[in-house]
Amino acid sequence: MEIPQYQEFKNELHGWYTDENAHKEYPTLHDREQSGNKIVSSLEEAIRLCGLKDGMTISFHHHFRNGDYVLNMVMDTIAGMGFKNLTLAASSLIDIHRPLIGHIRNGVVRRIETSGMRGELGDEISRGLMGIPVVFRSHGGRAAAIESGELPIDVAFLGAPSCDAFGNANGYSRDNDTGVICGSMGYAKLDAQYARKVIILTDNIVPFPNVPFGIPESDVDYIVKVVAIGDPQGIMSGATRYTKNPKELMIAQSACDVIEASGLFKDGFSMQMGSGGASLAVARFLRDRMLRDNIKASFALGGITGQIVDMHMEGLIKKILDVQSFDLDAANSLKNNRMHQQISASYYASPRNNGSAVNQLDLVILSALEIDVGFNVNVLVGSDGLIRGAIGGHQDTAAGASISIITCPLTRGRIASVVDKVGCVVTPGKTVDVIVTDQGVAVNPLRKELGDRLKDAGIHVVDIGELRDKALKLVGTPAPIQYTDKVVGIVTYRDGSVIDLVRQVKDNE
Amino acid sequence: MMFIPGNNPAMIKDAYIYGCDSIMFDLEDSVSPTEKDAARSLVFHALTTIDYGDKELVVRVNALDTPVGIADLEAMVRAHIQVVRLPKTESPEDVVFCDQQLTRIEKTIGVKEGSTGMMAAVESAQGVLNAPSIAKASTRLIGIALGAEDYVTDIHTTRSPEGIELLFARSMILQAARAAGIAALDTVYSDVNNEEGFRKEVALIKQLGFDGKSIINPRQIQPVVEIFTPSQKEIEKALAVMAAIEEAHKKGSGVISLNGKMVDRPIVLRAERTLELARAAKVLKQEA
Amino acid sequence: MEIKRTATAGTMESSDIMVTVAANGDKGIAIQLTSSVEKQFGKQIRAVILSCAQRLGVDDASITVVDQGALDCVIKARTETALYRAAESTDYTWEA
Repeated sequence: MEIPQYQEFKNELHGWYTDENAHKEYPTLHDREQSGNKIVSSLEEAIRLCGLKDGMTISFHHHFRNGDYVLNMVMDTIAGMGFKNLTLAASSLIDIHRPLIGHIRNGVVRRIETSGMRGELGDEISRGLMGIPVVFRSHGGRAAAIESGELPIDVAFLGAPSCDAFGNANGYSRDNDTGVICGSMGYAKLDAQYARKVIILTDNIVPFPNVPFGIPESDVDYIVKVVAIGDPQGIMSGATRYTKNPKELMIAQSACDVIEASGLFKDGFSMQMGSGGASLAVARFLRDRMLRDNIKASFALGGITGQIVDMHMEGLIKKILDVQSFDLDAANSLKNNRMHQQISASYYASPRNNGSAVNQLDLVILSALEIDVGFNVNVLVGSDGLIRGAIGGHQDTAAGASISIITCPLTRGRIASVVDKVGCVVTPGKTVDVIVTDQGVAVNPLRKELGDRLKDAGIHVVDIGELRDKALKLVGTPAPIQYTDKVVGIVTYRDGSVIDLVRQVKDNE
Repeated sequence: MMFIPGNNPAMIKDAYIYGCDSIMFDLEDSVSPTEKDAARSLVFHALTTIDYGDKELVVRVNALDTPVGIADLEAMVRAHIQVVRLPKTESPEDVVFCDQQLTRIEKTIGVKEGSTGMMAAVESAQGVLNAPSIAKASTRLIGIALGAEDYVTDIHTTRSPEGIELLFARSMILQAARAAGIAALDTVYSDVNNEEGFRKEVALIKQLGFDGKSIINPRQIQPVVEIFTPSQKEIEKALAVMAAIEEAHKKGSGVISLNGKMVDRPIVLRAERTLELARAAKVLKQEA
Repeated sequence: MEIKRTATAGTMESSDIMVTVAANGDKGIAIQLTSSVEKQFGKQIRAVILSCAQRLGVDDASITVVDQGALDCVIKARTETALYRAAESTDYTWEA
């Protein structure tokens, strides 16, 4: 076409308009909700329409925890359709995903990218089930890899507790209270944004528009209605209970002493807590001290539990940023509280984003399977060499928080938590500041000033070597785990570099 | 003093973690009759292996009128236990018998006679009535305690929240302890979840004059420490008394006065005791 | 000591160890171990049990053990108790 003044850019224009170009959408909203929408008749149909091929990458979120039906359901269908050699990029894998073992053996899944794995699947991977190592990424690392295109997702299969006919999906519904509720869909949001094709699986179609939505319809290609996306008991196990375990309570009190003495316990501070027993107890004790000193937190990040919600309702925490709701109270709070906001995995922890939420943290309370004298933390591999955990946001929050605090008992049964060298480095010691055990607190030598502050406050600070020795004396020297040369897991740091390798355990009788 | 059931490995191995002053390993009522041997062996090996730090270590043996109790003593003295707690002490003769057994065993294994201390637990009406003579019956005795559960059954009543039924027993045991110059220890409070009730009881026995409380759960430690630790005000007052004494000595005066009032001996003794408690609770630095 | 009957000591609780001692003719000491920390401490646990048996002069015994992460001192205690019970002896000698 010829427009003399616009010759330079004429390729941007798509020819002259004719009446063939305009399309009038006659059907009404009601008509379109019945048909002419994104709902397809079956999962197979949706998979076909997405153009799934052998060798492609598919993704899932883990907001349904051990009540998830979606991953297994989709994998069974994909296997039944004859697909092979897929790369499975699940944000995390749990015990309920055991059937993957069969799919791996049958060649349906060739590679896995995930934050962690538990149960039998973890055992089998450690024993050498896969030819190609599993790549482990933190939540922030996975977000960065997806955003940069390093981890391209072809099809994302995202379970949603509510969805309208056009794809506005959410972790709860304002239209009804039926069905499961998972709260935040932070990991799913990101996949939906970047995946080439997105399929929403739901058991709860609601009227358009499903507001608020965690995933906007503009990110969604197809919707499949299924009988059940998950088991409510597994997804939402009521409110997480306060621990009565005296050891955990002691550790929690000690952790609060550390927080108080850290210099960061001031009005307007920010924090993230884990979901384990000791972490929850920390929240409870911290609450008492916040009330006593009239200190309010500006926001809490996580990983949100009912404890955090209670403190928010009491006015002790102004706002909540939620990437995953751990219990029913948290999910309901997301639904009902104005100041409780859903955020994506990228917003939460992407290292590519300087403004990501973890960087705004003053304090984070984390747990550990093992920590060594260099303050390196292992949250992935058990003392028997088997994969049994997940990186989660560990690397991200430790790096982003002004002070990172690890809480763990000195020993768990006959397993020492403080060791000479961890079996697997997940979070580098450079980002780990304080460890609080039931038998003493140790501070990273890199934070000498913090250590002095804690000592001045009367906290029982010891050298981490002392803790290692104490643990060793108690449990005895364990025999070293035997590994083969075969690499079964690649542990990446949040920037994509390789921080450690997991090798196959030798199974000798 | 924290009670640890003697046949429970998980609790035994963790006992040193908590902030109690002393740990009592129980071979008696918390151990079933068929497991007495197992508990004895477990406590013996725990005592000789695990580092309990600076905690006072006590073992409650079975009554000495059975072979079980004697076997307990044989094992525990060899484990170098600091204090043996004698249950159901009825008379000074019970104390003397135990003293003799301990002497015999100490001699056999070649340790200094008298190295093993004793504590007498009084758990019956007869025992309470004999408390004064029980408390003086042996130089090994470091304390006398009340065992309320068996005691209230013996006097035909039950335990109540206010504890009026224990008033006589507590008072008797306290007088006996003071007259003999040993410690007085109160009984356990079984309702672990009732923190308020527990605090009330601890405050009561502190006011009565007791030196300590028996506890059965680490969660009970904090309230006892709080209630028994002198307050900042009390510490300041005590320090003022000691300063007044210093002053008087410097001046060579025989009369000590503080704020216009005479400071006589009972006041001085109370001040000293306050400071001792404060140092033990680590709210006051040790004397140089 | 001679094993006269089958006897057990210990429980299945966490940090405990259940030791069952039975007669074994004259076939020496046989130890069968199931442990939650087999890989890390299997060898150590067997060594402790064996030395217990040797100290008590037991030459023949079939010892079945289920371990829930017990420390060495607990293993020693439970093994001794089971051995004494199985030998129907109360001839205790106390050695750390």
